[in-house]
Amino acid sequence: MPTTPKKNSVDTIFSSITAVSAFSVIILIAGILYTLVDESYPAIEKFGIWNFLTSTDWDPVRESFGALTNIYGTILTTFLSLMIAIPVAVGIAIFVTEISPNFLKGPIGAAIELLAAIPSIIYGMWGLFTLTPIMSRHIEPLLKSIFADVPFIGILFQGTPMGIDILTASVILSIMIIPFTASISRDAFNLTPSIVKESAYALGATKWEVVKNIVIPYSKLGVFGGIVLSLGRALGETMAVAFVLGNNHRITTSLFDAAATITVTLANEFSEADTDMYFSSLYYLALILFVMSFITLAIAKFFLLRAERKYSR
Amino acid sequence: MKTILKLTIIVLLIMSFAQAYAAEMINGAGATFPYPVYSAWAFDYNKVTGTQLNYQSIGSGGGIKQITERTVDFGASDKPLTTEQLNKDNLLQFPAVIGGVVPVVNLPGVKAGELRLDSDTVCKIYLGDIKYWDDKGIKSLNPKTDLAHNEITVVHRSDGSGTTAIFTEYLSGVCPSWKDKVGAGTSVKWPAGIGGKGNEGVANYTQRTANSIGYVEFAYAEQNRLAYTLLKNPAGNFVAPSFDAFEDAAATGDFDPKKHFHLWLVNAPGKNAWPVAGATFILLAKEKTDENKNVVKFYDWAFKNGDAKAKELVYVPLPGSLKEKIRAYWKANGIQ
Repeated sequence: MPTTPKKNSVDTIFSSITAVSAFSVIILIAGILYTLVDESYPAIEKFGIWNFLTSTDWDPVRESFGALTNIYGTILTTFLSLMIAIPVAVGIAIFVTEISPNFLKGPIGAAIELLAAIPSIIYGMWGLFTLTPIMSRHIEPLLKSIFADVPFIGILFQGTPMGIDILTASVILSIMIIPFTASISRDAFNLTPSIVKESAYALGATKWEVVKNIVIPYSKLGVFGGIVLSLGRALGETMAVAFVLGNNHRITTSLFDAAATITVTLANEFSEADTDMYFSSLYYLALILFVMSFITLAIAKFFLLRAERKYSR
Repeated sequence: MKTILKLTIIVLLIMSFAQAYAAEMINGAGATFPYPVYSAWAFDYNKVTGTQLNYQSIGSGGGIKQITERTVDFGASDKPLTTEQLNKDNLLQFPAVIGGVVPVVNLPGVKAGELRLDSDTVCKIYLGDIKYWDDKGIKSLNPKTDLAHNEITVVHRSDGSGTTAIFTEYLSGVCPSWKDKVGAGTSVKWPAGIGGKGNEGVANYTQRTANSIGYVEFAYAEQNRLAYTLLKNPAGNFVAPSFDAFEDAAATGDFDPKKHFHLWLVNAPGKNAWPVAGATFILLAKEKTDENKNVVKFYDWAFKNGDAKAKELVYVPLPGSLKEKIRAYWKANGIQ
């Protein structure tokens, strides 16, 4: 056949282009990792790994740096935002797939996607100019009056509510990650075979029972995947929280205190970092965030794979 | 073949344009603070000479890095480099324009220019040693103002910035305990208060929070009519932030060409000088004489024709005597 060689050459070109595209990702990741390690090397050498991870000092003037306050802030805001976002997002997904009348599904779905399309800097400005005053004047004083005297929990609600704090940042973060979790959960819920659901209804199950016993068990994996994606986004989110977290390098217990995350520190201090050690320490922070994200994804993949295997059996 | 030939000619033509265009181009990068005035000057300069100035406001740290690596024609920094640093990287340095930093307060019933502070009280407030507005030190400076027993909310910048560098240089200069405990820099380990991002962040928190004090760029305070305070200068006078007060600071500040004008313009000795000011600097690569001549031509033009524009944007032009010193410095280094 005369056309075969030509087809083959096109095929080779095509497959090599795809291969190049695929490998470029690996090269990029390796390149980024190399740059991070290379640039942070002076700081790694000076502060070591364990010292840097456990030191709460962040003093650009004396060039003494440690990452613990940043790691603490990153984990705390991410955790809190997931606490807020997961119930809301799963609720949205259940409403859209199981409960809402058909004419509402379109508008709600579009609204969720729009929420996901808003650039994070807009969340940041909105947070600074609109949300912080509301938080500091209404919501935080209310929370304080309810919880401040409760033992154990009370410690989270001490101090003057200023609005620039862990709570506000977590609320903004949660608003940002709700669309991800919600739309992935929705897709997962939609995959539940309708024959199973209908059988359950036929047996006299209520909506609550169908959701609890059929839909959620069926779509656990998808929902979990959505949560992990959101977790990744919350870990790395920068501009939305840079304005409302205060970049305070201290470990605090109250939700009404300012804090710093790795990304917030980078966004706030990178452009004016004027000494080499300062610059290098910021790269070191970035390297830590890289590793944190990597570990998170690895753990998520591990669980997903295990669940998948269990499922397919 | 014909089409290929045509394409080649077109591409070559475009490239030659780009070449010609590049010759009329000055590239700079650095401090964000002077960006509005540099771009306003560049716009006018382009109209007069046709030369384009491309300035990227990536921050002082970035500006220093870029000129050190010779990727731009000039770098700009709010932080003056020492002679040692300049020699190490073979750089030249001169000031271009002056800005100031102004404390602003939100005290119910206290208007702009009413509250008097001195270096000691500002320092203690920012150290967290003075916690209430009716502190003895503040009261003795303001016998006529009614100051209630309210807690002071201290607002500072959360991001690294030249504004913070100037403010902390001022505090370090007048207050030994600040110098010991905190020091000066684009960002420092704040002993007290909350952080706002950018001038707008600090102004926003200050305006929203009663009994607060913050510090912002003079231009920002002026444009947004924030309630600035008076400060006692080293000559012993209480001065308000104004063009005259900054010009007096600039004229009496010790800009020394031998030190490449390295100076934090804080606590200048002038009678009416505002104590918290700073020049923003231009950095040049010593060996790139031709590029430097272009950059110098631009700043020489701006020094001659740009004062009105600068004032319009609330920047303080350099005083005439300093401009002469800079021109002599250019000549001495063979770039004018």
